[in-house]
Amino acid sequence: MSQTALQENEATELRSRRMVLNMGPQHPSTHGVLRVLLELEGETIQNAIPDIGFLHTGIEKQCEALTWQQVVTLTDRVDYLSNLNNNLAYCLAVEKLLQLEIPARAQFMRVMLCELSRISSHLVWLGTHALDIGAMSMFMYCFREREEVLKIMEFFSGQRLMTSYIRIGGLSVDAPRGWEKIVKKFLDTFPSRVEQYEDLLNNNPIWTGRTKGVGPLDVNRMINIGINGPLIRACGLPHDLRKMEPYSSYEKFDFKVCTHTDGDVWGRYQVRMGEFRESLKIIKQAMDGMPGGAVTATAPKVVLPDREKMKTQMEALIYHFKIVTEGFAVPEGEAYVGIESPRGELGYYVASDGSAKPLRVHMRTPSFGNIQGLPDLIEGRMIADSIAIMGSLDFVLGDCDR
Amino acid sequence: MLPDAIKDEPLAVALAQFDSAAITGGHKQFGDVTIEVAPASIVPVLTYLHDKEQFNRLSTIFAVDRYPAEPRFEVIYQLQSMDRNLRLRLKARLQGDNPEIDSVTNIYKGANWYERETFDLFGIHFRNHPNLTRLLMPEGYIGYPLRRDFPIHGHKYSYKDE
Repeated sequence: MSQTALQENEATELRSRRMVLNMGPQHPSTHGVLRVLLELEGETIQNAIPDIGFLHTGIEKQCEALTWQQVVTLTDRVDYLSNLNNNLAYCLAVEKLLQLEIPARAQFMRVMLCELSRISSHLVWLGTHALDIGAMSMFMYCFREREEVLKIMEFFSGQRLMTSYIRIGGLSVDAPRGWEKIVKKFLDTFPSRVEQYEDLLNNNPIWTGRTKGVGPLDVNRMINIGINGPLIRACGLPHDLRKMEPYSSYEKFDFKVCTHTDGDVWGRYQVRMGEFRESLKIIKQAMDGMPGGAVTATAPKVVLPDREKMKTQMEALIYHFKIVTEGFAVPEGEAYVGIESPRGELGYYVASDGSAKPLRVHMRTPSFGNIQGLPDLIEGRMIADSIAIMGSLDFVLGDCDR
Repeated sequence: MLPDAIKDEPLAVALAQFDSAAITGGHKQFGDVTIEVAPASIVPVLTYLHDKEQFNRLSTIFAVDRYPAEPRFEVIYQLQSMDRNLRLRLKARLQGDNPEIDSVTNIYKGANWYERETFDLFGIHFRNHPNLTRLLMPEGYIGYPLRRDFPIHGHKYSYKDE
C-alpha cells in the first residue's frame, strides 16, 4: 500500500471511531470545577454533556436559616468575581418587599461600585480567556489593573473580595474621606490600559485566527436555550437590563449598550471591550454628580442606628438591640428583581412569610443558564475551538452551582 | 374567573380569553403580575404565551415549599418578553404527596436544567422531561434538600453506599 493510501486508511478509521474524552473537573480552561464529557469523532465534537454541581454548597438552603441582613454575606459568595452585583440584586429584591426609599447618594455609590466590579470581572475574563488561547502576557496585564480595582474596594469596605458593602437599606458605611482621589486615579489610567490590551490583541494573528468566526449561533436559539448577557448582545440584540428595566437610578446615566453583529467569540470580545469604556463613562458621571446626604434609608427598624446616636438615645439603643438579636420582620409577599451582572441577567427571587428569616431565596444566576447552552455552542466544532468558546461564555462555577 | 387584583391586566385578560379554566388565581404586588395556573394546563398556557404573546424568554423555573400548608409546593415560571419588555410570573400549586407537573422543555429548551434542579432539590417530578436526573446533588443522594422539612445540617447518613 502506498503512503497516501495508508494515511487515508488511518483517517477513515479515526473518523469512524468515536472517543469519549473527559474534560475536567480540573482543567485550566474550565475556570473552576466543571466537567464536560466530550464525544469525539476525530477532533470534531459530536456530543457534549456538561456536569456541574462540584461547587454546590447549598447557599439557597442556608439563606433560610439566616436573618434577612445576614444573607447579604452569602450573596457575596455566589458570584465571587462581581460580588457587589449580587449584593445589589438581593438588596433590591428585599427593599421591594419592604418598600424602602433609598437615598440618592447610596444609589449613585451602588452604581459606581457595581460598574467598578463589572470592570474587575471583565478583567479576569479577558486575562484568563487570552491565557486559554495562548496569550500569556494578557493575564499579567489584566491582573495588574484588577489589583487597582480591588484596592478601591478595600478602601471603601475594608475587604478586597467579599465586600458586603451594599446592605438592605443602603450601604454599610459612607465612603471614607479621599475616595474621589483614588477613583479618579483609576479613571485617569485605565483608558490607556484598555488601548494597550487592544494593541496587544486586535492585530495579533493568533488571537484573530482563534476568535473570528468561531462559535456563532442563531440569536433566537440562544434565547430559547437560556443564554443571556454579552453573548446575545454580540449578536446585535441590544438587550441590557440597565436600559430596559433601569434599577438603582441607572436611568440617570448616559451610556450606550454595546453590541456587535458577528455573534462569534470575536464579537463577544468586542462587546466586553466596549463595556470597559461604557463602565468608565458611568463611573465618571456618578463621581461628578455624586449627591450628598445619608447613605442609608430612614427606616430605624431595618437600618442599624448611627454609633453616636446609640450612645446617647434610648430608642436607637433598643432598635440596635432588636436588629442585632432577632433581625427585622419583612412583610409577607414575594418579589423578583433582575439586574444586569457582567455575565447576564442576575435575578433574585425572595419570598417572605412575615418573619425575620426568608421563606425562600432563589438565585437566577447567569452562569447556570449560559453553561446550559454550552453543548449547542460547541457541538460540531473542533476541540480546540471549544476552549475559545468556553472562555467567551465567561462563566463562574460558584455562580452556577451556588 | 379572574381575581379582582389582576382583572385589568391585559395579559391576564388575554389569557382568560384563551382558557379561563386554566387561571386559578393571581395577584399584583409591587408592579409584578403573578398569575396562578392549574398544573394540568401549564403546557398549553406557556405555548400560548410563547407563540402569541411573544414571551420568548424563560428566565427561570424554581419552587417554593410552603410546608406545612397544603398544597405545599409552588412551581414558579419567571417569563420575559424581550420585544415587549414585559415580565410575567406564573405559578402552579402542587400537593405534597407525589408532586408532578408536565415538563415545558418542548417550548423552552432552557427549561431543561431548571426542571432538573427543581427535581433535585424539591423532588418535584416533571413528566416527559428528556433526562430527569440529579443535577447539583451527587447521584444516589437520598432526600430533597430544599424542602422545608429537610434539616439544615443534612441527614447524617445520606449516601446510599457509605
